[in-house]
Amino acid sequence: MTLPPNARLANEIAIQFAHRPHDEAVAEIAKHMRSFWDPRMRRLLLEYVDAGGEDLDPLAAAAAEQLRQPA
Amino acid sequence: MSLLKEPDLGTPARKGEATVDVEIDGLSVAVPEGTSVMRAAALAGIDVPKLCATDSLEAFGSCRLCLVEIDGVKGTPASCTTPVRPGMTVRTQSPRLEKLRRGVMELYISDHPLDCLTCAANGDCELQDMAGVTGLREVRYGVGEGENHLDAPTDSSNPYFDFDASKCIVCSRCVRACDEVQGTFALTIAGRGFDSKVSPGADELFLDSECVSCGACVQACPTATLEEKTVVDLGMPTRSVITTCAYCGVGCSFKAELRGDELVRMVPYKDGGANEGHSCVKGRFAFGYATHPDRKLNPMVRESITDEWREVSWEEAINRVATGMRDIQERHGSGAIGGITSSRCTDEEVYVVQKMVRAAFGNNNVDTCARVCHSPTGYGLKQTFGTSAGTQDFKSVDDADVIIVIGANPTDAHPVFASRMKRRLRQGAKLIVLDPRRIDLVRSPHIEAQHHLKLAPGTNVAMINAFAHVVVTEGLVKDDFVADRCEDFDEWSSFIAQPENSPEALAEVTGVPADDVRAAARMYAAGPNSAIYYGLGVTEHSQGSTMVMGMANLAMATGNIGRDGVGVNPLRGQNNVQGSCDMGSFPHELPGYRHVSDDNVRDIYEKLWGTPILPEPGLRIPNMFDAAIDGTFKALFVQGEDIAQSDPNTQHVNAALSAMELVVVQDLFLNETAKFAHVFLPGTSFLEKDGTFINAERRINRVRPVMKPKTGKHEWEIVCEIAQAMGYPMRYDDTSQIMDEIALTTPTFSGVSFELLDKVGSVQWPCNENAPMGTPIMHKDKFVRGKGRFVPTVYVPTNERSTRKFPLILTTGRILSQYNVGAQTRRTANVTWHPEDILEIHPHDAEVRGIDDGDTVSLASRVGQTTLRARLSDRMPVGVVYTTFHHPVTGANVVTTEHSDWATNCPEYKVTAVQVGLATGRQPADEAAEAPPVPVAGN
Repeated sequence: MTLPPNARLANEIAIQFAHRPHDEAVAEIAKHMRSFWDPRMRRLLLEYVDAGGEDLDPLAAAAAEQLRQPA
Repeated sequence: MSLLKEPDLGTPARKGEATVDVEIDGLSVAVPEGTSVMRAAALAGIDVPKLCATDSLEAFGSCRLCLVEIDGVKGTPASCTTPVRPGMTVRTQSPRLEKLRRGVMELYISDHPLDCLTCAANGDCELQDMAGVTGLREVRYGVGEGENHLDAPTDSSNPYFDFDASKCIVCSRCVRACDEVQGTFALTIAGRGFDSKVSPGADELFLDSECVSCGACVQACPTATLEEKTVVDLGMPTRSVITTCAYCGVGCSFKAELRGDELVRMVPYKDGGANEGHSCVKGRFAFGYATHPDRKLNPMVRESITDEWREVSWEEAINRVATGMRDIQERHGSGAIGGITSSRCTDEEVYVVQKMVRAAFGNNNVDTCARVCHSPTGYGLKQTFGTSAGTQDFKSVDDADVIIVIGANPTDAHPVFASRMKRRLRQGAKLIVLDPRRIDLVRSPHIEAQHHLKLAPGTNVAMINAFAHVVVTEGLVKDDFVADRCEDFDEWSSFIAQPENSPEALAEVTGVPADDVRAAARMYAAGPNSAIYYGLGVTEHSQGSTMVMGMANLAMATGNIGRDGVGVNPLRGQNNVQGSCDMGSFPHELPGYRHVSDDNVRDIYEKLWGTPILPEPGLRIPNMFDAAIDGTFKALFVQGEDIAQSDPNTQHVNAALSAMELVVVQDLFLNETAKFAHVFLPGTSFLEKDGTFINAERRINRVRPVMKPKTGKHEWEIVCEIAQAMGYPMRYDDTSQIMDEIALTTPTFSGVSFELLDKVGSVQWPCNENAPMGTPIMHKDKFVRGKGRFVPTVYVPTNERSTRKFPLILTTGRILSQYNVGAQTRRTANVTWHPEDILEIHPHDAEVRGIDDGDTVSLASRVGQTTLRARLSDRMPVGVVYTTFHHPVTGANVVTTEHSDWATNCPEYKVTAVQVGLATGRQPADEAAEAPPVPVAGN
């Protein structure tokens, strides 16, 4: 399937941190999204997760969950 | 200012303390060892007559005009080739010397047309000056009576200058300038004795020779032999304005020389910190676009993008923007609008746009065209060193022992810096080139790279990891530097030492034999001064940011940071990429690269601007397009950029622009983006601007107005008036006040003012109380972030792969005569050299496709196709094709894809899987049924 832009970008970020321990990678990915993504991009990613998150990298999905919490 | 004639001290300066005392004509002067008598005399205020000497070139000693008498020395030595000695006593004037000089002048003049009154160089001719200085009153041999060269033909083939051989005195200054300053070696003296003459190449015309039209020979010529055509046509200029070139990131200083308000020529400024009197064909000659008839000078509006443009008053245009923006915000929310700043505009113009977005629009939806070129530099160097800028000044290369050039083609894209680099290479520095293509630097006159590692496109990170692996596993780490200056080394070194990062393991990925990588890595580590220079071949990849961090890791591990001759140096594409980024153009950063989430930083601006600043990042350019298609982003202010041309996935860009309710374009020309615009605000050329540009070495240079804005308003004034019309008070009396505000709010600029720049010429940031005269070399004692940080850089292959359908990899670049998308240079005589984009293809790849040199071929990727002419070339490896992106009609980048750098969204312009075949008919990209027009590799 064709991923929406924010999900595709989340996957591309996730793979760069895949070599790190899981929790550390998830935290780094979430931190990156908070630092560089407009809030509406994060919101759209969460909506995608809520809709099933098909083909979303598990690390990206876990990072998205962290975005639900305050920084 | 009247016409500025810089002093010429005859021979170049020598480094060192002024320890040698000499007496010249009774005056004492102390100069460094190795200084010529001629220069010492000039420093004492005594001009020794000369013709073949000029202080941009080493002494030659051919004209025999500069003879002097020295106590204890027989004869009359040439002062240009005689170095000073302690206690030397010199006389520059005596009856004997006067007689000798007059005799020399008689010989010159006997073979020179005496048409001074009608000569283009009248008043700017050193031969004429020397006739006066030597008191020449007669020529015993007659003028043109014996054998002579007065009928020698004029070569007018070059579009910018003439070569009138009848006026040549064969002083060799042009030949030496081509050799020593430019490093092209295109000129020579052909023939012997009386038959000696200047010859481009093997008796070719200038245009047909290897001449690159840098203008160094014209600059060096003491007569009218090499003369700008504009001077021939218009006459000698009468006044000068010192300003900064509007082309590449070298940021050369020029004297704009005018007659009244008419620009006659641009002459490189000797005191320019970046260029020190040198130039290239673009900055020197290609300024005609500024007065091209295509330029629009009046504001225009239209209701719909299908309507005709209608010229209106400034007031109506500005109100249309302001009311349109506010209306959209009321209906769609404050985040529904945004702006894009330009790397071709001044710092001051950029600063007011980001201020308008943050203070008047009330959001952080501001981005800049650096998004598509050097945004990974910003990310990568900030993560590792602590700030988003190159580490060195250009002069630093003079002290480099090993130079690595990665993904850059300096002789074409940064030619004035390339000349400096070539000079150092001719002196013996070693060169390593990492590039799939055999760029000119690999082998050119008197230069040959020790290593050319032809890595596969998209494998930069694998290559830099292999380099670092060698350094770590062979004990080449500078342990003291790492221990004192850096952090996180152990984790990084453990990662990089893993077998999968070895040159052997990665040879299959990069296509480069492991032994070659090991040898190059050892050479870099051995230095002792090793420097990395890189360009868009690093950044415009899916791992562009990772690669920048990889280079920073390598430099830190080998201790190549913090002194002359070393460093990590981005060669910036456009004139003010550095400045536009410095000025807070990114949606997550306020000026000075400070994150918007930092309460203390926001507080500075909130107090000064009297309005809250949002603590969350705004939209980047690609995100703006996505949001526009989603319906949440409705209006865009575009300053001096052509995003419909320059950004990837053009169909997507076009769809986004079409979905917006209000697009405002501020530009010189009605560009591709203006096709989607509702308001057009005419911009000013660099000749009209007042402000500053910041080049690739962080040098803040003044851009001074040569003429008044042809549009009636400065661009910053227009932006301020839009903000005011939106209800936000934003006023400045003049441009200097904008820089004063930048200095007031940005610690790295706190010492900068127009007053300082006018006084000292230029400074490199940081310029503040700790460094009142700026900072040529960064991270000297400690990194900006404190400790340099090592970051593991795992190689992740790009998703863009060659396939059976698209078996070749396309990569893109620039050519010397054209600039970026060509909007400027295509409107000058530079099209003489590059009238169309060409596809370079290896003969093997061409043969299997039945393609001959010069054939028109189709170039297709999974997103689009275009046609262009093929050139068979083994500069590319088998399987890789290459083209430039300067001509919209050929649409060379129409095929590039949506892949981008993971951290910054910088497009992956450098790797596209394509197929090439013989075209059945020429089908330019903008006429292709499915292909949108002209996407383009960045800046």
